[in-house]
Amino acid sequence: MIPLSRDALARMVALHLPQEGFVNLGIGAPTHVADYLPEGSGVILHSENGVLNVGPKPAAGEEDWDLINAGKMPISLRTGGSYFDSSLSFAMMRGGHLDVAVLGAFQVSKAGDLANWTTGDNGSPPGIGGAIDLAVGAKSIWVMMDHTTKDGRSRIVERCGYPLTARGVVTRIFTNLCIIEVTEDGLAVRALLDGLAIEALRDRTEAPLRVMGDSLTITQDGSVA
Amino acid sequence: MRNVVVEDAAAAVEGIKDGDTVMMGGFGGAGLPLGVVKAVLDRRVRDLTLISNNAGSTEDDLSLWFEARIVRKIVCSYPRSAKQFAEQYRAGTVELELVPQGTLVERIRAGGAGLGGFLSPVGVGTVFADGKEKIVVDGREFILELPLHADFAFVKGHLADTLGNVTYNKTARNHCAVMATAGRTVAVEVDRVVNVGDLDPEAIVTPCIFVDRVFARSSR
Repeated sequence: MIPLSRDALARMVALHLPQEGFVNLGIGAPTHVADYLPEGSGVILHSENGVLNVGPKPAAGEEDWDLINAGKMPISLRTGGSYFDSSLSFAMMRGGHLDVAVLGAFQVSKAGDLANWTTGDNGSPPGIGGAIDLAVGAKSIWVMMDHTTKDGRSRIVERCGYPLTARGVVTRIFTNLCIIEVTEDGLAVRALLDGLAIEALRDRTEAPLRVMGDSLTITQDGSVA
Repeated sequence: MRNVVVEDAAAAVEGIKDGDTVMMGGFGGAGLPLGVVKAVLDRRVRDLTLISNNAGSTEDDLSLWFEARIVRKIVCSYPRSAKQFAEQYRAGTVELELVPQGTLVERIRAGGAGLGGFLSPVGVGTVFADGKEKIVVDGREFILELPLHADFAFVKGHLADTLGNVTYNKTARNHCAVMATAGRTVAVEVDRVVNVGDLDPEAIVTPCIFVDRVFARSSR
């Protein structure tokens, strides 16, 4: 069993986004989901610094540093795109106008608590940015992360040990091993990587997991069937 | 006719003094009035309270203010990847008030709009609610967030006419358009100053009533 690559994980998330949905991809790894949106998905990407209908990275030499995303990387604007100030941008976020936000995380609890802004390490200044506003405001909060830390500890936990971003907001977790739904009855495995037994997943997961009746299989390219 | 155009960045920061609160527009480099960054340094003021989304990241931005140690406190959402700030933060020589980005801009908006604050769901159940008044509306808990004001708001626009009407360029609008409502003195660095009547009234984002000073960035 080989865990999904970063690209395959991004592809798996992209294939699940709602047709013609308004979606925010946060910063960092989730922004790669944009590279795998299926042709004709009609998804409209929002970036917190004030742009709707974010397009692909411009070609080298074509960058415009007044046209960047929340990760401060150059982007392009799709036809039908628009610019607005930060107040209006966060009205979109807090006001429940975004269908899905995809965020990275350090930890997610069995209750859907999200910890993704600091590990509490005093060595470097913390930054919160717009993750917390997204976590409270988007209709669905999806987390995309490696299932365990580099030293093998579960990121899906009974209770978050790191400072919280928001309580009880995560609705779905995509990891390099599985897809988990956060339900009122706890965490439920929706899909499992091909070749990985549920017992082996439970060994890598601190929080209790149940398996949905119609659970699916994930292949190495991030497809789910 | 009203004319708010001043000669340069030095004239735009005239009157700034030790201990002032200063808003600086920008998200990263987009919307940061770089001429103002340098003109404020030249004034040799100290003990500033800086309200800004970021705390600099390269050698040629707000990092210069931390290197020169002229900031006593920063009210900020994402002071990451900021080497000079981080050094002073670790040394305990600069105070950080960390604010969720949407709360930061809305506190600035409240300041500019004459509001006594607003109720936000962001931060409920986290450290961002510590020490703040909680108010329940229709069964949902909110945090009372207070307005931000500043002695000076400095932002970067694209075009301004001589009256002080301002347009912005792409995502460089970010916090700038909101900060431009919230400073006791508002100064805008623009790419170009144009004549009254040259701007499409539908395209003006910051109407001139908010703007005290405008200057064209130097092409150096």
